[in-house]
Amino acid sequence: MKNLIEIIKLKKDYYVGEVTVHALKGVDMVVTEGEFVAIMGASGSGKSTMLNIIGCLDKPTLGDYILDGINISGLSKNELASYRNKKLGFVFQTYNLLPRTTALDNVELPLMYNSAVKSKERRERALAALESVGLSDRIYHKPNQLSGGQQQRVAIARSLVNDPVVILADEATGNLDTRTSYEIMALFQELNSKGKTVVFVTHEPDIAKCATRNIIFKDGVILRESVVRDRTNAREMLASMPVEVD
Amino acid sequence: MSIKNLFKIALNALLRNKFRAFLTMLGIIIGVASVITMLGIGEGSKVSIQQQIAGMGLNLVTVVPGSQQRGGVQFGASTMQSLKETDVDVILADCPAVQAATPEVRGNGQAVFGALNWPTSLYGENLSYLQIRERSVVSGRMFTDRELSGAGKVCLLGQTVVKNLFGEGADPVGQVIRFKKIPFLVIGVLDPKGLNTFGQDQDDLILAPFTTVQKRVQAITWVQSIYTSAIDSKSTELAAAQITETLRRHHKIKASDQDDFTIRNQTQLLSTFSSVSNILTVLLGAIAGISLLVGGIGIMNIMYVSVTERTREIGLRMAIGGKGRDILMQFLAESMLLSITGGIIGIMVGIAASKIIGSAMAWPIVVLPGSEILSFAVCTVIGVFFGWYPAKKASNLDPIDALRYE
Repeated sequence: MKNLIEIIKLKKDYYVGEVTVHALKGVDMVVTEGEFVAIMGASGSGKSTMLNIIGCLDKPTLGDYILDGINISGLSKNELASYRNKKLGFVFQTYNLLPRTTALDNVELPLMYNSAVKSKERRERALAALESVGLSDRIYHKPNQLSGGQQQRVAIARSLVNDPVVILADEATGNLDTRTSYEIMALFQELNSKGKTVVFVTHEPDIAKCATRNIIFKDGVILRESVVRDRTNAREMLASMPVEVD
Repeated sequence: MSIKNLFKIALNALLRNKFRAFLTMLGIIIGVASVITMLGIGEGSKVSIQQQIAGMGLNLVTVVPGSQQRGGVQFGASTMQSLKETDVDVILADCPAVQAATPEVRGNGQAVFGALNWPTSLYGENLSYLQIRERSVVSGRMFTDRELSGAGKVCLLGQTVVKNLFGEGADPVGQVIRFKKIPFLVIGVLDPKGLNTFGQDQDDLILAPFTTVQKRVQAITWVQSIYTSAIDSKSTELAAAQITETLRRHHKIKASDQDDFTIRNQTQLLSTFSSVSNILTVLLGAIAGISLLVGGIGIMNIMYVSVTERTREIGLRMAIGGKGRDILMQFLAESMLLSITGGIIGIMVGIAASKIIGSAMAWPIVVLPGSEILSFAVCTVIGVFFGWYPAKKASNLDPIDALRYE
């Protein structure tokens, strides 16, 4: 398997007033194609900074980050933006769907920023993405007509629509109850089994066990890396859980 | 990002807040509508004044007796007897810029027909009167040369006199009326002209040959004024100069002495009124312009609030690949859509309002063809100008901070 993400001696400093905060103090990390990596750590450990850099939202102070064979450390802001548009999919804790906008229009959004995709293709791809997250019957629903889990699935569909090389999820289950969390994790596992690479930030160890590999950050360095042995199958987990009756 | 996608994104964003978008546009709608209506009213008043003055004869050059100094004493103009019938002849002979001239002798008195009577003015003129004052005879005929030279006791009546002596719609031709006890045969009726700019009834008159009025009614040897018509409206100044020169020579006035007459033309009157109505137009336009500016600031305010409120949305758009320029263009497109849509609605409202005011006030409201284009251009500029700052602010946001914004 080829190395999709390669991080070499990466450092990131923030300047808050006159104080320099060393958020990342030399990180080496590799994610190969088809992996499902969970990044863990306490708050302030540098995991979010790491995800921002992997997501091309931020640039390292020192060191190299090679994504899909391209060193992004030297790219301009605009190049980063079009890189994010073509190579990456984001899923956020707070979904970040556009309010009063249908699921379909929300999912189409990333393709609006890609002038190579025409409106007919855009629609087809958005419909396919919504189908792959099981929301074909909700395409004209607006966020306030959807449950939290459904909203997050729309967000996942949005992250899939541009066919990214990697999906980055930042505490994607943070706002959801346990059952819905496992539903979302089941979806991620399903996508992963179809070959999608997933990098997932979480602080819940149970959720992290759904991944294939865990990377634990502490104080700006990698504390521990481990391949998940008895990996949780979220689908089976759901089956064993009592169905809530409202 | 393509222009089509840009406007689709901007439109969707606006449609998410329809009522707010409408309220924002309202400022522009009112601003543009008032600019168009106010300029229309200003222009309408100008046209209306021009029409009325032109109706009095735009080529008209009037000669009245001027004040005169004799032995250091200044005499009042109205007492002067300096204009004579022969002045008309020399003006016509020596002034190439004058195409027609008539002496005028006036007399006020009571016109009587049967049991009815009416106070009015009798105007003694020659045959050129109709041409010079741009009037016509609607019933009957004008007096003839023979009646003029023979001081015939014939007259033409204005509509107001007809109404008061004979009743509405009656035909007085062939009847005999009395003016200062002198019987006049009515031979014609003049066209209706209505009130002039000064509120004077232009139909309240009796027209007769000036010889008749001068000799039989007033018993004087001079004329009270001379009305002349220049060959065209541009030549009134030239005509005035030629008349001055001719009359000074004919009256044997020494180079050191003042004129014993005064010349007035309608262009002076017109330019005075035009400048008044121009000031009116500028004033109204300025007030309307201020309301348009306030509307523009309204757009800026809403866009500014919108950028803050939609910080997370901006962060998301950046995360999924929106460049700073895309965000800038989106917010500019939103403010332009607001201002241009508002502008188009404003133009329609303005034209409708102009029509309503025009018909309600019976005043010709002229919608200047330039004013729509101007308003439209101003709206576009407002959209860009007032949208720029909020849009720039949006495009400079850091995606990480924007996504975390609470």
